[in-house]
Amino acid sequence: MENKSKEWPIWEIFIRSKNGLEHKHVGSLHAADAEMAIENARDVYTRRQEGVSIWAVESIHITASNPENSGELFEPAKDKVYRHPTFYELPIELKHI
Amino acid sequence: MKNNIHDLEEKFQARIDAGEKIEPKDWMPEKYRKTHIRQISQHAHSEIVGMLPEGNWITRAPSLRRKLGLLAKVQDEAGHGLYLYSAAETLGISRDQMFDQLHTGKAKYSSIFNYPTLSWADIGAIGWLVDGAAIINQVMLTRTSFGPYARAMVRICKEESFHQRQGYEIMLGLCRGTEEQKEMAQDALNRFWWPSLMMFGPKDEDSPNTEQSVKWKIKRKTNDELRQEFIDITVPQADFLGLKMPDPDLKWNEERGHYDFGEIDWDEFWQVVKGNGPCNKERLKARTDAWDEGAWVRDAANAYAEKQSLKKQSENNKKIAS
Repeated sequence: MENKSKEWPIWEIFIRSKNGLEHKHVGSLHAADAEMAIENARDVYTRRQEGVSIWAVESIHITASNPENSGELFEPAKDKVYRHPTFYELPIELKHI
Repeated sequence: MKNNIHDLEEKFQARIDAGEKIEPKDWMPEKYRKTHIRQISQHAHSEIVGMLPEGNWITRAPSLRRKLGLLAKVQDEAGHGLYLYSAAETLGISRDQMFDQLHTGKAKYSSIFNYPTLSWADIGAIGWLVDGAAIINQVMLTRTSFGPYARAMVRICKEESFHQRQGYEIMLGLCRGTEEQKEMAQDALNRFWWPSLMMFGPKDEDSPNTEQSVKWKIKRKTNDELRQEFIDITVPQADFLGLKMPDPDLKWNEERGHYDFGEIDWDEFWQVVKGNGPCNKERLKARTDAWDEGAWVRDAANAYAEKQSLKKQSENNKKIAS
């Protein structure tokens, strides 16, 4: 059983569950081209009306941050409590602020 | 930095113990990766091969209602296989490699699908028992430590409940029908009960990988715990149907708060796992035939995509030139 066929590329699928909400990543699939990616996404990820809109992006076009760099990327935000409203002390009787 | 393998493994275990999920690009022990590739791909193969015994009855479903339900169920199984293959691919194995492992017999799939579906009642028994057993296992796996696997499981569990209800409704219809129909249902239960119990895998004392899997939170319960849970849930459902479980040793144990049950025929289990079940060869042949006969379709789609992309390129070039 030989198989010389080239594997179809992988696509990342994003679904908008209803208007007013953002597209959200739901998973991936294989398709030969963009049109097929949308058709396959419909069958694989929206069999029960899970969506009203589909985005398909070929996986190789996604740039991802490296977990090894998580420290330098995300830790600086850790000690910046002054970016949160609760950092500022105001009298309790004050309303609507 | 002191990132030797021992430190990394300790940090990894600490993350697991803290209940953190592991994502594909995170560092993980090689054995964790390999175990997941094996488990997720075999789970995916089970979904795909699982379509075959049920597909056998689509054209002979007794009514349009039953046919629609079964078609939708079989289509779901294909979807479940695809979610799982995608999850496994995040760990660095390709779809073609997984198919190759399935087709050459290197990778296993659930042994339950090597049993034949001889009557329409078998479709009821499969939905009720096989999907029922799968749900018990899969609900546990929604909390597994590897993110993509857990997410695929959440999606699958949402869909699986329809499968089981579909099966039970078939059984209920038969049990409320003629004497012959009820006998069909009983016969299907007799044949599928023990293989369903085997779906949870060997006994804990014969399952050497369980300890590591529990430590890594790949499994959150042992085979025997899951099996007992399934039996406790399912026996009253058989009673409701008025069917008799094919196990003379089955009885409620007040002290344990569980059903006691008879000895499983592990020789049969291992025979089927090793490829000597009633339908192993037939199932694998159906898979490899579908793959081989679909090769021209995959190639044609590639050729079409390439042609379209070249056409688009030359149109763009023309636009730039003009």
